[in-house]
Amino acid sequence: MMHSPKNQARAVALPTPVAIPVQALLPWAAFGLLLSLVLLYFVGAEQGAVSLISGQQVHEFVHDGRHLLGFPCH
Amino acid sequence: MIVGRLLARGMLAGCAAAALAFLFARIFGEPQVALAIAFEAARHAGDVSHAHHAAEPELVSRTVQAGYGLLTAVVLYGTAFGGIFALAFSYAYGRLNTWSPRALALLLAGAGFLTFVLVPDLKYPPNPPAVGVPATLAFRTMTYFVMIGLSVSVAAIATLIAQKITQLRNAWTGTLCGAGIFITLIALVQFGLPDVNEVPEGFPALVLWRFREASIGMQLVLWSTMGLLFGVLATRVLTEQSSSARR
Repeated sequence: MMHSPKNQARAVALPTPVAIPVQALLPWAAFGLLLSLVLLYFVGAEQGAVSLISGQQVHEFVHDGRHLLGFPCH
Repeated sequence: MIVGRLLARGMLAGCAAAALAFLFARIFGEPQVALAIAFEAARHAGDVSHAHHAAEPELVSRTVQAGYGLLTAVVLYGTAFGGIFALAFSYAYGRLNTWSPRALALLLAGAGFLTFVLVPDLKYPPNPPAVGVPATLAFRTMTYFVMIGLSVSVAAIATLIAQKITQLRNAWTGTLCGAGIFITLIALVQFGLPDVNEVPEGFPALVLWRFREASIGMQLVLWSTMGLLFGVLATRVLTEQSSSARR
């Protein structure tokens, strides 16, 4: 009774964690971190402390978010 | 490929959590932003040298700033941290402990909220409009990001030491030592970094407090939702993976 096929299927469904090899992780980590940092830069710092695009359009658009998310705004 | 699938799900979870955080910010944060802007306007109205401010054209209307602007900022922020979160999860899974994906995701979300939000906010709390001198913006931005960087580094160091002690003694001692090291190093860092005090004379303390509550509350909504949602999504990815590996 203890080893019915149904119980075995459940044992397969909850595996012991196996670490993902670092080599499989690195390319995705580089891609993901770069993408995330670009997004955070535009939300948090563009047209504030640093400015790549001239004007205040980006700053004004994300203004409230920048304040509420905790970034120094102006 | 499994990391790619986890990364995509992390960004998705962050994006969905951001929608909820936007609602929270809209209800609890925006009234305080409006009060702060009203304070700023009243101050400028009494100040002749700033009279030109009233004549400046509005680039983006308040309605857009508090609506689509806020939503865009929060969704980009949530997506970005969802990605970073998924990568941290991919590395920690099967390495940090033997917890299930759901439990590990919640643990990491708590750690993320602590290191990326709460600890930096204790030193450099979020400020509403009208608080802060524009001339020091570059300095404040730099110290804020340095604080986040140090917070994350200290958390990583404390975790490594906690793991070592856990292997030598037990998990209870290891975790307590890690927490002690984290608190001590953060206290030293925050003592060493320069203070910023730019709250203008007469700014209502209640507005400042409510704004900061709303800001931290919104982040709590974001991180907890992201952790819970990612736990469910990651469980699916990882069980599919292990059952296909056994076939």
